[in-house]
Amino acid sequence: MKGMLRELIGLFVDDGVLALEICGIVGLSALLASALPETPLLAGTVLAMGCPVVLALNTLRAARGRRKVGKGGDRI
Amino acid sequence: MNLAWPIVTAAFLASLVEAVEALTIILAVITVRRGARLRSGFSLDCALYPGSSFYSHRRWIKFRCTCYNSSSERFYSCLAFDGCEILRAAGLIALHDEEAAFAAETTQLQGRVDRSEARLDRIASLTAFKAVLLEGLEVVFVVIALGTEKGMFASAAAGAIAACSAVLLLGLAIHRPLARVPENALKFVVGVLLSALGVCWMGEALGIAWPGADFAIIAFALVFLGAGCVTIILARRPDPRASS
Repeated sequence: MKGMLRELIGLFVDDGVLALEICGIVGLSALLASALPETPLLAGTVLAMGCPVVLALNTLRAARGRRKVGKGGDRI
Repeated sequence: MNLAWPIVTAAFLASLVEAVEALTIILAVITVRRGARLRSGFSLDCALYPGSSFYSHRRWIKFRCTCYNSSSERFYSCLAFDGCEILRAAGLIALHDEEAAFAAETTQLQGRVDRSEARLDRIASLTAFKAVLLEGLEVVFVVIALGTEKGMFASAAAGAIAACSAVLLLGLAIHRPLARVPENALKFVVGVLLSALGVCWMGEALGIAWPGADFAIIAFALVFLGAGCVTIILARRPDPRASS
């Protein structure tokens, strides 16, 4: 049951740092979209480019961490 | 009924991998127990899903009307899924192998059988319940994430139902883990698709009108695919700091 609860919580937040970084990108996009409504594509570019960059950086960080501790099992 | 085929495809592929995982665990339980008690775990899940799905959907829409938090959560899940699959493709997370998962689950259950025969029925029911609940919840979340936008719920649900039905029928027919399903490649594609859809819908939620409307999803998918491939190559390279 403990494992089940852990997996259930993991469905929502698996990586807190990635969650925070995505919130940062979304927050910045929201800020730009509301501050500069005449150029909505600026906010769109931040969102569309920021997310893959954040994802790549986070994944590479996780890869470095995994290389240190060895190959693990499934996260998802 | 008009179905949105990109949504149907994304929901089908995402649900397919979850259903295959659940089927593997259930087959392991059947192999060990071959008992009728398995049905209790399964039937309880079947009763839970329609209710939980409806409740979650209502709650999701309500959250979305008031703030971006819920949308961000689904969006985060899409990107986290993609990140996980990039690590898997880079060889830093073990590839998912249904034969290996089946063997591991069978061995684990067999060990419990040897230790405590009396508790076996409860363990078999709990294991089947857990597998179907967790993987089923992921299917429900996929349907919610893909089905919230622009009344796409029917399309997402159709994709998920088709995938679960196909896996169930195949499982009934062959009674073996579906090891030939290219699950790891599918998961990577699903990660890219979910991330692209997430970016598109998050942008729309922020009031951004994407050039080309829904066709922008293809561009986002290509960006995520490119970023994923580059990240896989970089993640596979040995760390120079570690070697020096």
